[in-house]
Amino acid sequence: MIDVSTEVEAGTDSPRDDWTALDRRTIAVTAVLMTGVAAGAGVPAVLGLAAGHSVGFALAWVLPAAAALVMSGVLYDGVRWHRTRYRIGVSRVELRTGVLLRSRRSLPLERVRSVDMTADPLQRTFGLVVVRIGTGQRSGAGESTLELRPVAREEGDRLRAVLLDRVRAAGGCPPEAADGRLASLDPHWIRYAPLSFTTPLLGLVAGGVLLQVADWIGLRDSVLRRAVDLLAVLPPAGVVAVLAAAALSAGVLGSLGLFVETWWNFRLDREPGGTLRVRRGLLTTRSISLEERRLRGVGLVEPLGNRLAGAARVDALAAGLGTGFDDDSTDHATLLPAAPRALAERVAAVVLGEPVSPTASVRLTPHPPAARGRRLRRALAAAAVPVLGLAVLGLSVDGVLLVLAGVVAVVVTPVALALALDAYRNLGHGITGRYLVTRSGTLRRRTVALQRDGVIGWTATQSVFQRRAGLITITASTAAGAFSAHDVGESAGLRFAEDAVPDLFGPFLERVEPAPRS
Amino acid sequence: MGTGGTSAPAPGGTVRLRPPRNPLDARAVGWWRTHCLLGSGATVLTLTGVGLLIGPARLWLAAAAALVLLGGAASVLLPPCWYRLHRWEITDTAVYTRSGYLWQEWRVAPVSRIQTVDMTRGPLQNLFGLTTVVVTTASAKGAVTVAGLNREVAADLAQHLAAATAHIPGDAT
Repeated sequence: MIDVSTEVEAGTDSPRDDWTALDRRTIAVTAVLMTGVAAGAGVPAVLGLAAGHSVGFALAWVLPAAAALVMSGVLYDGVRWHRTRYRIGVSRVELRTGVLLRSRRSLPLERVRSVDMTADPLQRTFGLVVVRIGTGQRSGAGESTLELRPVAREEGDRLRAVLLDRVRAAGGCPPEAADGRLASLDPHWIRYAPLSFTTPLLGLVAGGVLLQVADWIGLRDSVLRRAVDLLAVLPPAGVVAVLAAAALSAGVLGSLGLFVETWWNFRLDREPGGTLRVRRGLLTTRSISLEERRLRGVGLVEPLGNRLAGAARVDALAAGLGTGFDDDSTDHATLLPAAPRALAERVAAVVLGEPVSPTASVRLTPHPPAARGRRLRRALAAAAVPVLGLAVLGLSVDGVLLVLAGVVAVVVTPVALALALDAYRNLGHGITGRYLVTRSGTLRRRTVALQRDGVIGWTATQSVFQRRAGLITITASTAAGAFSAHDVGESAGLRFAEDAVPDLFGPFLERVEPAPRS
Repeated sequence: MGTGGTSAPAPGGTVRLRPPRNPLDARAVGWWRTHCLLGSGATVLTLTGVGLLIGPARLWLAAAAALVLLGGAASVLLPPCWYRLHRWEITDTAVYTRSGYLWQEWRVAPVSRIQTVDMTRGPLQNLFGLTTVVVTTASAKGAVTVAGLNREVAADLAQHLAAATAHIPGDAT
């Protein structure tokens, strides 16, 4: 809390509300939390001390320490609560806070772009939410967000209504008044959750955590010995298969659990006043609001596993998303988890207010074959690195590695080439109605539909290699991010840019007379 | 194209981006040269200093210093090429720049979306009487910069853009 008065023009602002304190129950939450921490640290300490000395001796040491910990936590939070005040003025929302260094920050109301609420399980039991008010400035993530930690849930709803929907400011925002439900969770979608590259990783992490916990309680060696004993009866291939199956099933369980925690009770609503609202979460609930006039388009994201299963995720492309929220920014912008593609297209269409999603109605123009050559060469180079590395090691250290290099070459090369061909097939760009659409990627294919009047600049880049192949990469800049048509033909790409948003590159284009071929 | 929707402005034929009209200030060549020479010179000096102190590594350090020296020498030859490639242009509606050598980059930003126009001047630039103009839009791609302009030209440019953008409502997103 070093920053003092971040927004300069603090000025005079006649108050609409008086200065309000945060919810007092935050102190109770902190007390419970600190008690939990103290218990977590204290119980093992008591057990450890009691083994050497008496139980009374252990308690005599640990209890005062625990009490001091809880007390200091409560005291700190009490001071913080006492010193934190916020108010919504006529033109600015203001926050005064700080325990050691006082800070006073404010945001102009017309710059407020998002009001998001989260509540962890403890806060939920007390009926509290953490409110983050963001301006959607891309620079200096922390400074453009005011965090009210925490306020009562009703107060959070009120703030959201006042800040995002100033027209209906008077009446608060009862959930029944919702304009319409655009989507809600279908439990069947959970089948797409494990179809991800993170699933095996989750399995490995689970194994690592298991060993770590076993280590803490001093059982690691016996756990390992038990496992080795069990596996000793199997042939080596069987051991590998069993371990892989175990990691994979742990990963599947983990990804299912993660899906349930993240997307439980998912609802996507359109509220009066032009706000999209995503609510979700099993233990930690989240409410993410998004003003529709900030929406610049949607992205359809299809990781390879989901794409093969015919599923796609819908992301919002909105000015100023992806800042001011400490968790994964892609989560923040996600309007629909991986769901059947037809449904994803439908949700995209409804969100954009179009009869058909531009990602479905567009006819994508493929990119020139030179782009395929570039991808194939890159794939071969990527495959060559491990193969050559192993081969060099094989020649200098051990001949067995040469065999391994051969195996890797035989396995990796076709996969890399297949991915390269797929990446080329996925390249495309096009214009449909008010939108321009680009698509690229293979492991994670992304189809982006961007409002043409949201484009605030073009960038064309061309490397030496691209110049030789007559290719160019055209990037549309918006306040919601930059989106590229990779390796498009030079002339076609520039025409695409000019067609999509006239008079940007247009005045700077020149005709090229076809060079006489030798 | 085969994209449907709108029609191309000039049907048929191949097009490419023409170079922006204005070059940078000619002193930019000297600025780049000095910059490169100072950079490589400092590195060579450091390497030589370390080489004098540490006997066994002398051969390797000398080789590295020679490489850096070669790079520095090459950098004397390159700036005229950079100078030819770095160009800029301002029309009533857009800011248009070209930069880069191996990776060329053309950027266009509409004047109507400009948020701020800044001028910056490093110590070395000051020595050569040069200025960098930074044109900021809400674009996620960052600001459009023109580095190495004559001071007066830069001031005129900034003033012109500031005047053109003064009456634009909203926050240009």
